[in-house]
Amino acid sequence: MYGLFLRHFYLITRSFPRVLDLVYWPTIQITLWGFISNFFATHTTYYNNAVGVILTCAILYDFLFRTSIGFNMLFLEEIWSRNFTNLFIAPMKIGEILTSLVATALIRALIGLIPAVLLTSPLFGISILDLGIFLFFLFLSLYLFGITLGILVSAGLLRYGPSFENIAWSTMFLLAPFGCIYYPIEILPEVFQKIAYLLPLVYIFEEARNILINQTVDIQNIYYAFMWNGVYFVLSIALFYYSFNVAKNKGTLINMGE
Amino acid sequence: MKNLVEVKNIKKNYGKNEAVKGISFNIKEDEILGLLGPNGSGKTTTIGMLLGLLKPTSGEILINGQKLEGNRIEILEQINFISPYIELPKKLTVKQNLTVYGKLYKINNINKRIEFLSEKLRLENLLNSITGELSSGQKNRVSLAKALINEPKVLLLDEPTASLDPEVGDFVRSFLEDYKKEKKISILLASHNMNEVTRLCKSILMMKDGIIIDEGNPKELINKHGRKNLEEVFLKLSRRKNEFN
Repeated sequence: MYGLFLRHFYLITRSFPRVLDLVYWPTIQITLWGFISNFFATHTTYYNNAVGVILTCAILYDFLFRTSIGFNMLFLEEIWSRNFTNLFIAPMKIGEILTSLVATALIRALIGLIPAVLLTSPLFGISILDLGIFLFFLFLSLYLFGITLGILVSAGLLRYGPSFENIAWSTMFLLAPFGCIYYPIEILPEVFQKIAYLLPLVYIFEEARNILINQTVDIQNIYYAFMWNGVYFVLSIALFYYSFNVAKNKGTLINMGE
Repeated sequence: MKNLVEVKNIKKNYGKNEAVKGISFNIKEDEILGLLGPNGSGKTTTIGMLLGLLKPTSGEILINGQKLEGNRIEILEQINFISPYIELPKKLTVKQNLTVYGKLYKINNINKRIEFLSEKLRLENLLNSITGELSSGQKNRVSLAKALINEPKVLLLDEPTASLDPEVGDFVRSFLEDYKKEKKISILLASHNMNEVTRLCKSILMMKDGIIIDEGNPKELINKHGRKNLEEVFLKLSRRKNEFN
């Protein structure tokens, strides 16, 4: 019995991502739900159409989650199936690998999204299409951020190998409190607000709420969302190329499938 | 015969650890070169550099006259690799896997190529089988088909018959001999199976601690070291301590 305990103890103490994993999830859950509870306790009349707004934001967030995780899954599946080396010795440019993953991630996300959108109308009498033409821009912005996160995590997998896998699962949850998905940004402490304004998420979800609650459109929110998306997207691509070169120097690419 | 692979004084350092310390060798057209050495001798690192998965710290690799550095994609079109440490997606059928790699290697008539390879490698009845459900011998032949899908000029084989039963092992060896003769390709064979190396290779490189400690024809090496077979030569050379550094 002690031997089995030791087996897991050694594993945890030798892997920083595993230690981080133990602390990370409770911290994130408490932070996120703390802000949500705080918001509902102090702003009981904020949402006139609470179910509609919350559900719309939940669908938007899920689309982001599916896009990002979908991208990571495509990459991880190659590692799990030990097919990674086969792909990287095929005559494909890095740009071609990324493009195919980006397109496949979109299809995967849409497959998951469409049934969810269709279900909300008969079940709750809510249509996400109430967001109008701007829904397209919000989705596009979320998609860009989702694949940006996917590329960043894949860059980490290239650089650090499969031990980076835990981070792949946790990025979306780390950003959830800062993304202000279910509450306005004012709920966050000032320091967190400063961080949140550096993310496209806060502009996307603020705008979704603005359209649904105030029936107005603030183009500036959409503009800022795309601006930050552009910045992070370019950074993620640069980081992926950098990680590929580091992996070629460190030998991560040949050990990935083993 | 022209050299399809030219390796010129390549070194690879991982931080302070020198995995490969400046090795040079060539592989001619229609030649199988054996790469032998104990674990950690630098064989995998050398193969990784030939595949463009690892960047040499210094030195140069030319494949079919082209420098690997700066021409990675063009060169990858002409080479392929098989190793027991890498696999094809398990949930896909054999035909789906071969089709995927046919597309990745931009093969014009994929179905014809698959048909040819499945006939040569006795895969006709396995094309619609799920790859993950095949036996080791069947998976090995499928991996070999994938490695030949692009009609490579250079084939890198890392333990191609590891864990195969003697019959399948013999089939794979005979196939490789015939295929090399027919297509005049160059093969680098890293193996711990000394009988296999003796049978397939006209020349051998013996590596230890990142350097080539001996090279030559199997028979020459056996005579030179006064041993009965290649396995004894291997044991003698790999047990020597640091006298080559």
